Amino acid sequence: MAEITLVEAVTQALAHELQADPTVLVYGQDIGVNGGVFRATDGLQQRFGAKRVLDTPLAENMIGGIAVGMAAMGLRPVAEFQFMGFIYPGLDHILSHAARFRNRTRGRLSCPIVYRAPYGGGIHAPEHHSESTEAMFAHIPGLRVVVPSSPARAYGLLLAAIRDPDPVVFLEPKRIYRAVRQEVPDSGEALPLDRCFILREGTDVTLIAWGASLKETLQAADKLAEEGIEAEVIDPATLKPLDIHAIIDSLEKTHRCVVVHEAARFCGLGAEVVAQINDYAFDLLEAPVQRVTGYDTVMPYYRLENSYLPGVGQIVSAVQETLDYPAGDRR
Amino acid sequence: MHKPRMHLLASFDIARLQYLDEQARPTQELPDFATPDTLQALYRQMALARLVDDRAVKLQRTGQLGTYPSSLGQEAIGVGVGGALEKDDVYCPYYRETGALLERGVEIEEILAIWGGDERGQDFQHAPHDLPLCIPIATQLLHAAGVAFALKYKREQFDEPPRVAVTCAGDGATSRGDFFEAMNLAAVWRLPVVFVVNNNQWAISVPRAAQTASKTIAQKAIAAGMPGLQVDGNDVIAVRAAVADAVARARNGEGPALIEATCYRLCDHTTADDAGRYQPKEEVRAAWQCEPLARLGNYLRGAGLWSDEQEEELQRELAEVLELALQGFAERPADMNTAMFDHLYARLPEALLEQYDQLAGQ
Ligand SMILES: Cc1ncc(C[n+]2csc(CCOP(=O)(O)OP(=O)(O)O)c2C)c(N)n1
Ligand SMILES: [Mg+2]
Repeated sequence: MAEITLVEAVTQALAHELQADPTVLVYGQDIGVNGGVFRATDGLQQRFGAKRVLDTPLAENMIGGIAVGMAAMGLRPVAEFQFMGFIYPGLDHILSHAARFRNRTRGRLSCPIVYRAPYGGGIHAPEHHSESTEAMFAHIPGLRVVVPSSPARAYGLLLAAIRDPDPVVFLEPKRIYRAVRQEVPDSGEALPLDRCFILREGTDVTLIAWGASLKETLQAADKLAEEGIEAEVIDPATLKPLDIHAIIDSLEKTHRCVVVHEAARFCGLGAEVVAQINDYAFDLLEAPVQRVTGYDTVMPYYRLENSYLPGVGQIVSAVQETLDYPAGDRR
Repeated sequence: MHKPRMHLLASFDIARLQYLDEQARPTQELPDFATPDTLQALYRQMALARLVDDRAVKLQRTGQLGTYPSSLGQEAIGVGVGGALEKDDVYCPYYRETGALLERGVEIEEILAIWGGDERGQDFQHAPHDLPLCIPIATQLLHAAGVAFALKYKREQFDEPPRVAVTCAGDGATSRGDFFEAMNLAAVWRLPVVFVVNNNQWAISVPRAAQTASKTIAQKAIAAGMPGLQVDGNDVIAVRAAVADAVARARNGEGPALIEATCYRLCDHTTADDAGRYQPKEEVRAAWQCEPLARLGNYLRGAGLWSDEQEEELQRELAEVLELALQGFAERPADMNTAMFDHLYARLPEALLEQYDQLAGQ
């Protein structure tokens, strides 16, 4: 079996569902003949026709809005926003309608929609192409927010997202679209949308990260292992609803925790993770939970983006700090 | 100065449709559907809409209903539009829709429930495919385009019968991107959708002239590449005829259309508003001379199709219908407080169980 990248796994999942379910359709800007600017829909229009794989006019509010009407009539639209930085005109429909239709009609109509968008920094793109605003979506009741971090999880989670009866914002970490190759059987088997994935087991500290940040987080775990520190690495993957219990289970072993995300810190998802650990597992902690995040600044143009993105060194230091707590000279 | 020569590339006309003039005189032969029975039925529905609105405003004044948007003076649009659809077509309303909702089979009790703060009203028992009332201005226009796409898709992929989406928005809504984006897409994709604009001359306190410098709203369709027509929105026959024609075209695969129906908002924007602050009294007085219920009533009387006795009988009948609905509304059991969780997702995520139990325990 050929090994595929994360972006090819996205294509494979879309093709699987287009094949399996005639109510599934895929639309967005340049996604037809061109196969999307990242080639996530490469070949799909050829295979499934222009009536199910459609190029739209250039209007993100429209891309967000028509999905609501399509889904309310029983279709399963998968809408692509070209970049997360351009999803904002579509927010009105995602937040005000897709997330609310089921509740508003007391279950009469619903919105099984997947809104896909490539997100995150690190690809030397122009302004507006590198943001990570997953927490904005995670704040909204009625939505699910899913971020894959490997080809296999991209495939299994996207299948689950398309089959889910409610709207899912599916954010694809474009920095690792082609970072690794993996064998991903086209089995049609979905992964659960309410479970964390333990990527590495360990007993000394729990590292929580998602999307592209997992690359540095796993590297940090390797580095720590060289010093005899065993980190457990957890990928929540589904950021909303969050499987806090898997995190607590891990803390039962490690008693220490570092959350990593490239989004800005203030009101970032790390804050929610810390708050929930406070609620449910305060007594388990040997040290305050650390956050390693992007700065509370505008995402810089790419010359400075590596200064902005959390690096391996910062993660390792944060772990050291939780292990050293309470530091003698600070007390 | 030399003036460069150019050639004409495109030109367009905007037509206005009217069957009954301001004095209720026919301006032309009435359309085929305008049989005595149908006209009397249209009159009845407009009278019912007016009665429901009137009572709803009173209920709000006495604290039995939340904020309510009346459609006083705009009944011909709702009733004309609603009556032009087939049962299986899909209506995508905005919020000022009493007449259309009644035509679609939505219960008076459901309408009252919605404005009485109860989502269950949006679970239309007799209009299961219609979209719920929509508050964010103009957004329903894009939903209608999506609905129309789905109807076309199902016809092509699954051989379902042809169905049409119809939607309505106010004049203020035409300033929003959603309006342009929906028309643009509908024309490019040739979707079976009809956009109706209730041009009641006001968006809360902002008059039509401050909304757009366009001579008509109908002409905005031209830029999108679809037909645009203006109708006298105080003439229910014209509204019904124009919408029925556009619906038939759409059903026949001939694409979308825009219909601007002009009228006047003879009421406050909602019960939370005071139109006396901005509507000129003279203008309102003049607008009352054109209102749609009297227009059709006067025509029917002039044609010998309506009498004082019939009017009395109708008012008696409608009062009974209303009383029954009010009784149902008053006796409606309150929703469970946990209902706010029950339809948030198809299945309540584990992560919300604790909050659910907390609320249930209150
Ligand atoms: C997007 C949005 N902006 C503002 C409002 C508040 N608002 C409610 S109705 C209204 C005026 C709408 O006027 P128009 O479209 O002409 O419809 P009408 O109420 O006159 O029928 C406004 C500004 C809203 N509901 N949605
Ligand atoms: Mg208006």
